[in-house]
Amino acid sequence: MTTPGDSAAEIWPLWEVFVRSNRGLSHVHVGSLHAPDETLAVRNARDLYTRRSEGVSVWVVPAAAITTSDPDAKGAFFESPAGKNYRHASYYSKSEGVKHL
Amino acid sequence: MTSTITPDTSAPVAISVEEQQFNDLIEADSRIEPRDWMPEGYRKSLVRQISQHAHSEIIGMQPESNWITRAPSLKRKAILMAKVQDEAGHGLYLYSAAQTLGATRDDMTDALIAGKARYSSIFNYPTPSWADMGSIGWLVDGAAICNQVPLCRASYGPYGRAMVRICKEESFHQRQGFEILLELMQGTEEQRQMAQDSVNRWYWPALMMFGPPDDDSPNSAQSMAWKIKRHSNDELRQRFVNMLVPQAAVLGVTLPDPDLHFNEETQQWDLGEIDWTEFHEVLAGRGPNNAQRLQRRRDAHDEGAWVREAAAAYAHKQSARTEEMAAK
Repeated sequence: MTTPGDSAAEIWPLWEVFVRSNRGLSHVHVGSLHAPDETLAVRNARDLYTRRSEGVSVWVVPAAAITTSDPDAKGAFFESPAGKNYRHASYYSKSEGVKHL
Repeated sequence: MTSTITPDTSAPVAISVEEQQFNDLIEADSRIEPRDWMPEGYRKSLVRQISQHAHSEIIGMQPESNWITRAPSLKRKAILMAKVQDEAGHGLYLYSAAQTLGATRDDMTDALIAGKARYSSIFNYPTPSWADMGSIGWLVDGAAICNQVPLCRASYGPYGRAMVRICKEESFHQRQGFEILLELMQGTEEQRQMAQDSVNRWYWPALMMFGPPDDDSPNSAQSMAWKIKRHSNDELRQRFVNMLVPQAAVLGVTLPDPDLHFNEETQQWDLGEIDWTEFHEVLAGRGPNNAQRLQRRRDAHDEGAWVREAAAAYAHKQSARTEEMAAK
C-alpha cells in the first residue's frame, strides 16, 4: 500500500519527520516533506519544523520504509476491547478507600 | 437539511459500506485520514482549498520581502525575515497536506505559475510604505487567523494539523504588525499619517479576504456539510470587524467606513457596503499587482531549477555509490 503523499509522479521521495521536543520524551511525528536525500531531508526538517526551538533531535524516515496496518481491516486487526475492562485499574473498585493502591 | 415524513416511494439509494463509514465519521465529528475512503468531491474540494491556501502563503512572501532590505532597524529586519520564512514554512505544511490527497507538488506549482490556480487576492495589492508591514500583520494576518482558527477543526486530519501549526505562528505575525502601527501612531504627525493612509488602503481588501457574501458563495454549503468549513464567510467577517473596532481605538486609527456603527439590537458592528466589483476584478487577474506577483514567482522557479537539478543529481550519485559499495 502506498504511503499518502508518496507518488511515482513526485520527483523527490517523501520523508516522515519526527521531533523530540525535549530530553526524556519520545520523538513524535510532526509532518512530512519531500527531499532528494537523507542529508537534505534532515536539514529541511530542521528549517521547516523547528524554527522556534520545538526540538532537540529530529528523525527523518523514508515514508516508503514504513509498514502500516490496513485501515479497511480495522475491525479484524484491532482486538475488540469489549468485555476486557479488567485490563484497566479502574475495573477494581473493591479497594476504594484503601491507601496507596 | 430537512427531513421528510412522507414515505419515500422511490427505490432506496444504495450506499456503499465505505461511504457509510465516511458519513458516520463526519457525523460523529471525527477526522478523515489520508488512507480512508472519501467521496471524489470531498477530495477535489480539499485539494482546491488547500493548494489555494498554500499558494497564498507562497505568493504572500512577496509584498513583505520587498521591505526586508529597507526595514527601519536591524530588529525590524530580523523580525520581517522570520515572518517571511514562516510564510514559506506555512506554504510547505499545506503543500504536504495536499500531497496526502494525491496532488503532486509539481502539478500544483505548474498550475500556479501558469496562472491557472488561485491564491488570496489580498497579495495583489502593493506595499508602497513601511506602515504597510504593520497593516499586513494587523489586518491581513488578523483576518487570516479569524479564518484559520476554525480550520484547525477541519474534518480532514492533515489539513487540521497543518492549521494548528500555522495558527500558533500567525499570532506573532499579527502582534508584530499591531506594534509597528502603534509605534508609528505614537510618532510624528507624518508617521501617524503614514499609518492611517496604510490602514485606509488595507481595510476593505482585508474584509474581502473572507470571500463573497453568503448568498453568493457557491462552494460554502457543501464545505460546511463536510465540516471542512465551520462558519460562513459573513459570520467570520462580522466576528473580525467586532474585534477590530476596539483594537483600532487603541491604535488611534480610524477605520475607513463612514457607515460603521454599533447595532444595539444585535450587539454587533454593522458595516457599510463592500465593493464586490473590486473583489471580482482582482480575482479575475486585474488587480494592481497580479502580473508582477506571478512573474516573480515564475522567475524564482526558473532561477531555482539548477538547485533542484543539482540536488537530484547528487542524491542519484550518492545512492549509486551506496549500491556499488553494497555489491562489493
